[in-house]
Order: sequence, then C-alpha cells, then structure tokens
Amino acid sequence: MARFDPYENNGGTCVAVAGADYCVVAADTRLSVGYSILSRRHSKIAHLADKCVLASSGFQGDIKALQKNLSAKELLYEHNHNKKMSCPAMAQLLSNTLYYKRFFPYYAFNVLGGLDSEGKGCVFTYDAVGSYERTGYSAQGTGATLMMPVLDKQLKSRSPLILPARDAVTPLSESDAVDLVKDVFASATERDIYTGDSLEIIVINSSGTRRDWIELRKD
Amino acid sequence: MDGSHANAASAPAAAGGGEGTQRTLNPYVTGNSVIAMKYKDGVIMACDTGASYGSTLRYKSVERIKAVGKHSLIGGSGEFSDFQEILRYLDELTLSDHMWDDGNSLGPKEIHAYLTRVMYNRRNKFDPLWNSLVLGGVKKGPKGDEKYLGMVNMIGTHFEENHIATGFGNHMAVPILRGEWREDLTFEEAVKLIEKCLLVLLYRDRSSINKFQIAKITTEGSTIYPPYALKTNWGFSAFENPSQGAVGTW
Repeated sequence: MARFDPYENNGGTCVAVAGADYCVVAADTRLSVGYSILSRRHSKIAHLADKCVLASSGFQGDIKALQKNLSAKELLYEHNHNKKMSCPAMAQLLSNTLYYKRFFPYYAFNVLGGLDSEGKGCVFTYDAVGSYERTGYSAQGTGATLMMPVLDKQLKSRSPLILPARDAVTPLSESDAVDLVKDVFASATERDIYTGDSLEIIVINSSGTRRDWIELRKD
Repeated sequence: MDGSHANAASAPAAAGGGEGTQRTLNPYVTGNSVIAMKYKDGVIMACDTGASYGSTLRYKSVERIKAVGKHSLIGGSGEFSDFQEILRYLDELTLSDHMWDDGNSLGPKEIHAYLTRVMYNRRNKFDPLWNSLVLGGVKKGPKGDEKYLGMVNMIGTHFEENHIATGFGNHMAVPILRGEWREDLTFEEAVKLIEKCLLVLLYRDRSSINKFQIAKITTEGSTIYPPYALKTNWGFSAFENPSQGAVGTW
C-alpha cells in the first residue's frame, strides 16, 4: 500500500562565493523527482532584498514556502523600519525561520549571499534546521560534495582553520570567481545526475545585481 | 509544530475510527495520466475517461478535465474524490471572485498558486489530497495574451512548463513532447501530437482505456470535446502466431 511520505528530494546544487566587494550566487535549474526530470528551466534562486539573494536546494514545495515566508517577513520589516533588510539580518531571520520548524523541518539546504552593511561580500551557509555560519564560500545540494573540495583549493581563500580567525573571502577578481563557479558546475554536472540543464548566476556588487545564464549538459 | 509530527506517529492507531484524527492513507479510486501542452492559440489538455479501483476498471466515463472560471482548465489524476473536493474549493473561489464584481477575474497563474497553497497545506497536516493537478489557461496580461501551464502534485511540488504529463505520462509522453513540441503548433498539429502520446500510453499503461477527451482553452473560452477512441494497430505478425518458434509452449 502506498505510504504517504511528506518529503521528496528535487535535487540540484547551489553555490555562493564572496569576494572583497562582490558576491556570486549560482544554482542549476533542473527540477527532478526520482529518475525523472520535471523541468529544465526551474529557478532555485529568490531575491529577498536589495543586496541579499537566497539559493536553496532540496524539496521544492518547502523551498518555495520558505522563500515566500522570508519575502513576506522582509516586506513587514521594510514597513516597520523604513529600510530594507541587510544580509546579516536576513541570515539570522532565515536561521530562526528554519528552527521554528525544528520538529517538521523545511527540507531545504540553503546558501545566502550578498553584501553586508560595509559593502563586503558575505555568504551564509545553513543546514535544514537552521544552524548557520558566515563563511567566504559554500555549496549545498546534491552536487555539493563534488564542488566543495575544488572551491577549497581554487578560490585561494585563507584557511578558516588557522588562528587568528580571518575572513575567508576570496582574493580572486569578480570575473575569475564567476569563471570558477561555471567550471565547478560543469564538473559536478558530469557526475551528479541531479545537476545540469542550465546554470543561473547572480552577481551582486556595489552597482547592483546582474543575472547570467549558461547552458549545462542535459543528460 | 510538535503536534503534527506526534499525530503522524500515533495516527495509524487512531485512524481506524478511534479518537479524532482521520486522514488519507491510500488512494482508492484513481484517474490516469493527464497530458497538456501550450500551442499557438492557447493550451490543449487530454486524458482518458477511466477511473480504476485498484486493478479493477470501475468507472469508464469520468470527466477528469474541467473548466475553471473564464480563463483556465484543470486536469486531475490520482484519487478522484479528492479531485471532486478540489473542484468544490475552486467553485467557492470562483464564486467569491465573481461576487467582488470588480471587473477582474482569476487567471490560470492565480489559480495555480491557490492550488499549490491548498496542496502544500494539506500535506503539512499529513492529510493530503492525493492528486497531481494540471492547470492551463490563457489570460490577457501586460504583454498581450499570456498562455500558462503548470502542475502541482500531492505534496506541493509545483512548476510551470510548455508541456506537462502526470503519472505514467511523465515517463512516456514527456520524452515525445520534448522532442516534437514547438511554440507555434496549430490546433490540428497539437491534437496529432497529443494523440501520439495518448496512443503510447494506451499501449503501454495497463490502467489506460481507449476513450479519451481533449479540451482546449483560448482567449475565446474553453471547449471540452466529447469522448472518442483512437485507432490501434495490433496486426503484427508476431501477435498472429505467438507460439511459432517457441519450443514447448503451453
């Protein structure tokens, strides 16, 4: 007899990389279920605030509900405080929202990227129940394990393990970081069945937010 | 939050009619695949008219595509009683939309968003509407007539595409559509393409029957055509003498 499972994994990978004055947030656009592809052009990215972009992979029903929830809370914040939410503020809100459903979690693996109040790039990475950390770069989703080791080396960031604690933002230029993100997705697409079709890249810097698409392998 | 998870654990004991909670555990009377695609003038949708009770073909003249408001069509596969419940929800929705009397009417995008919220919220209560719904329509927007086609399943996964198929159609019809669909299909071409998909399902899906309904929606409104059958071909020589060449068949 069919037993009802409230979750499914719709796959995909998300990445964010922070630089000195920019942030790159990228996610593939494949929506899968089991061994089927439901859509090749489905965005996992939500623009929550001016300089704050959320990319999530996992169960799409929960992801959309979570992104809607955060958008609504951001709007309330704007009305109450007469300013848009900063990225670190949204980071805390996301953590709290996730933990609120600690006993029936949002099956969403999130990566939040943007500029902090000083204009420096920031990336926050989460697990499904809200534990989070500010870091220089992160990958989440089905292809994350394939990407993280490459990012660890190729971004040439300071190691987070060495004291005194320093910022792990990458010293690379914006265009080099974008090229690396494209490369790392192309690699993950080769081996992860849930990653592919096309890649949506968002670049946030002082002049605003730029959006780019590139094709990935469709098999 | 704690309550919903605790309910799930204790509900099997309670579901038999004990205290309180009753929720859907399995589907009973189920409808087959629904196939839909955008074409030049709007959206076309098709499905068979059967509803099965497990492996029994219980109902043979069931209409699983209905018009919603002025601008949309809904097709449902899965538990048929849940589909009827959804039609009741949509009746209430379109009625209150009409009662506003403000010159606006709900378009397919709005109805899809509404259904997504309904399905997701029922999933959160562990009492799902056991359906995969296809929502298609055309409505005038800022960029002219905008065609819309989307799907939502029983746990709230939803997306928008140029062509959609639920159930077995997802495995057998979608590959055909991905190869042959074009933006500018005429109605006749779209019907031919959809019949190709329906035929594959008829041959290969055990629960499919040879009685189909096609529906279309354009800016002029919706039309649900009367049911008809497709021509099938069983004249293969291997079928004529199946045991030829097989040693010791029974």
